[in-house]
Amino acid sequence: MSAASGRIGASSWRERSVLPGFGLSFGILVTALSLIVLIPLAALVLKAASAGPEAIWALASSPRVQAALRLSFGAALLAASINLVFGLLIAWVLVRYDFPGRRFVDAAVDLPFALPTAVAGIALAAIYAPNGWIGSLLAPFGIRIGYTAAGVLVALIFIGLPFVVRTVQPVLAEMEAELEEAAALLGASRWRIIWSVILPPVLPAAMTGFVLAFARAVGEYGSVIFIAGNVPMVSEIAPLLIVIRLEQFDYAGAAVVGVLMLLLSFLLILFFNLLQAGLRRRLGHV
Amino acid sequence: MSVALQIEKAARQFGGFAALKGVSLAIEPGELLALLGPSGSGKTTLLRLIAGLDHVDGGRILFDGIDGEALSLRDRRIGMVFQNYALFRHLTVAGNVAFGLKARPRAERPSGAEIERRVRELLDLVQLQGLERRYPSQLSGGQRQRAALARALAIEPRVLLLDEPFGALDAKVRKDLRAWLRELHKRTGHTTVFVTHDQDEALELADRVAILNQGQLEQVGTPDAVYDHPATPFVCGFLGETNRLPVEVRGGQAWIEDRPVYAASQTNLSGRADLYVRPQHLKLDRPDAALLGGVVELVRRHGAIRRAEIAVRGLAKRLDVDIGGGVAPARGERVGLRITKAHLFAAT
Amino acid sequence: MREGALARRLLIGLALTFLTLFLALPLAIVFVEALTRGWQAYRAALADPDSIAAIRLTLIVAAIAAPINIVAGIAGAWAIAKYEFRGKSLLTSLIDLPFSVSPVIAGLVYVLLFGAQGYFGPFLKSQGLQIIFALPGIVLATLFVTFPFIARELIPHMQSLGNADEEAALTLGASPWRTFLMVTLPNIKWSLLYGVLLCNARAMGEFGAVAVVSGKIRGLTTTMPLQIEILYNEYMGVAAFAVASLLALLALVTLAAKTFLEWRYADEIAAMRRH
Repeated sequence: MSAASGRIGASSWRERSVLPGFGLSFGILVTALSLIVLIPLAALVLKAASAGPEAIWALASSPRVQAALRLSFGAALLAASINLVFGLLIAWVLVRYDFPGRRFVDAAVDLPFALPTAVAGIALAAIYAPNGWIGSLLAPFGIRIGYTAAGVLVALIFIGLPFVVRTVQPVLAEMEAELEEAAALLGASRWRIIWSVILPPVLPAAMTGFVLAFARAVGEYGSVIFIAGNVPMVSEIAPLLIVIRLEQFDYAGAAVVGVLMLLLSFLLILFFNLLQAGLRRRLGHV
Repeated sequence: MSVALQIEKAARQFGGFAALKGVSLAIEPGELLALLGPSGSGKTTLLRLIAGLDHVDGGRILFDGIDGEALSLRDRRIGMVFQNYALFRHLTVAGNVAFGLKARPRAERPSGAEIERRVRELLDLVQLQGLERRYPSQLSGGQRQRAALARALAIEPRVLLLDEPFGALDAKVRKDLRAWLRELHKRTGHTTVFVTHDQDEALELADRVAILNQGQLEQVGTPDAVYDHPATPFVCGFLGETNRLPVEVRGGQAWIEDRPVYAASQTNLSGRADLYVRPQHLKLDRPDAALLGGVVELVRRHGAIRRAEIAVRGLAKRLDVDIGGGVAPARGERVGLRITKAHLFAAT
Repeated sequence: MREGALARRLLIGLALTFLTLFLALPLAIVFVEALTRGWQAYRAALADPDSIAAIRLTLIVAAIAAPINIVAGIAGAWAIAKYEFRGKSLLTSLIDLPFSVSPVIAGLVYVLLFGAQGYFGPFLKSQGLQIIFALPGIVLATLFVTFPFIARELIPHMQSLGNADEEAALTLGASPWRTFLMVTLPNIKWSLLYGVLLCNARAMGEFGAVAVVSGKIRGLTTTMPLQIEILYNEYMGVAAFAVASLLALLALVTLAAKTFLEWRYADEIAAMRRH
């Protein structure tokens, strides 16, 4: 009996396992994560704090910073919302309908993940500039997209496009046809079926996609700066402010803007996640 | 006494849950032992402890007298057949069987030709000749099981462990493989422990059956011993079907209300108790000839026999009674019942 | 039981219009603009020494980042998928953290650490080491933004595989390394390749993070995306789009390979529909 006693409680924070390599793999993970992600982010917070409360407040309340944050977050929310609607539509079309080139379109949806943002940036700028393919069509009507806040929106729609499609698609694909058939047998109209049978189970997944698209869009830089025109107070995004501060060697200022961005976006993501959790509970998901 | 595997008060906790509460069990060389129990009884936990895939929190497990904790997995020489076989999907059948031989340290590793010979021999043994180049995904369930068995046997295991060996197979294949496995065991004589939740499987296949419940060993013995002489109410209820009759024991008799229904001479119980009677140990009799009587509520077919459900005064539950070849009683008929054999346990 | 043919066509049409506007057009214009002055001009633009240096630097950065990410990704997935320990879900979300951090911030943090006025700036200067405005900084910023890719593919796949294969190998007497190389690695190779593919696409295309740390010294610290920016800002449209067309080709190859892997090894790429 005594032989066993020495082996108990070797480590209580993890369950013992015969698989070798926990120490090594955990060590590599934590070291890499700390060196590459955590310590640098801690330095960001530290630097921002070193600016002192007055400086932080002055920066946070400066009209230019506020305008940039408003633009970044507002455009990101709007872009994610547009992607929510069209993402649902595209997922629906890809899962439910068959048409020539469907598989090709399906694969192409991921393009924004694969296409470097700078490439997307100059491409969008060329299309929506006043003399571009689409820009020149809109110019006679007095509509300008390139070099305005609308250009920011266009870029953010592009980079956030795949998220909702990819989160909703599997849920739609797995949905049992019987649900719809049962509803139809109960006499529900097609629109009623879409509204009260199909949409509820899809919504939490769509919400996940929405949050991912939003998180990506808030911090986006490369695809935006070419098309935005970067006019202060009008089409200047928050990440660009960081770059400008850095170019002026105002490290603390850059760090403060960075922390403001992270704080705001984490708060919003948290809010959306809580909303989504509530949604899931209401709709009877586990 | 010769013992291949000695389990002494083995205990294992998962978080606050005691999966195994001090189980002791000795396994003899060459024996085929079944670990039988419902899910959550601790049988798979015990098997993984023997395999060395998990560590005891208390007690120990001795292999030929050596504490398992002192042995590396390689030195334990356990042949394990996993529940879903865990065949390496990127290796052929031959590659899977050869894995253990090729994994030996260079000094002990057999030559290529020797490995090939051993693999062929083992595949012959498990009747997979000609399939050595197939991949696991190209095998049927039964073939996969046999490939996994050959792989486990390749390392010349001290003990062979099988985790629900028939769990993933359909009923027909299951029957065939059962007979085949017993035949194989007879030929090779490996000390073998297998886990199952299926009592028929355990009783049919094993030399001895160890019945586990809620992390404790209820009883261990030959299939006949555990079936005919269950040591605990759990074993009685788990092995085969049984009726439970709440009775009062006094004066060497078990009573239901004012009727003595069974002679309880060989017990020192008294007071409230439970009488366990299997359906085949209840015999129909004339209503006036027996002390236990009731009304037939239902007669239905139950495989080869017919079974009556009889409502007895003083009992909340109807009794299941097997009816032999004779004329079946009609529904609503009054019948008498005689208990030919029963087990008496203190009331739970 | 379904929408009418008209509604269906309308929905398909709407979806395809949206996708044309936001996907097909941007992709098409890259090649159109790159070739607008003909094949000769295109070739000449790519033969520019600065562009060649940018291509080289991009390949070097990707070649350094990939093995580091592979090791960290496999180690991370192994630790998280194979064991139960406290704080595991926190660790998992920390791995994903770079996805919700702006690339500009990913660059900024290294400037704060290693820049001339950064925490380690004076020390690095005294040692004659340079991280910011040099290759190490570019690699670090790239590592930050690509850190989650591989682990994120491997974790769900390894979790779905369970531990039985490794346990089987160990009971058969295989050493830990042999178990890993002969059993685990073959099991995860396709999802690993998938992760490497995505990681590489991002590494070669990263703009924001690298822009902040690179200093954009022509021919020295300019990666392809940065070279695109420089050329574009200098109104050298053809040259900018020529370099961009190479990255667009890389994106197309990545997409094709990705689609192939998804089609061929669907069940082994557990996370294929997740990001």
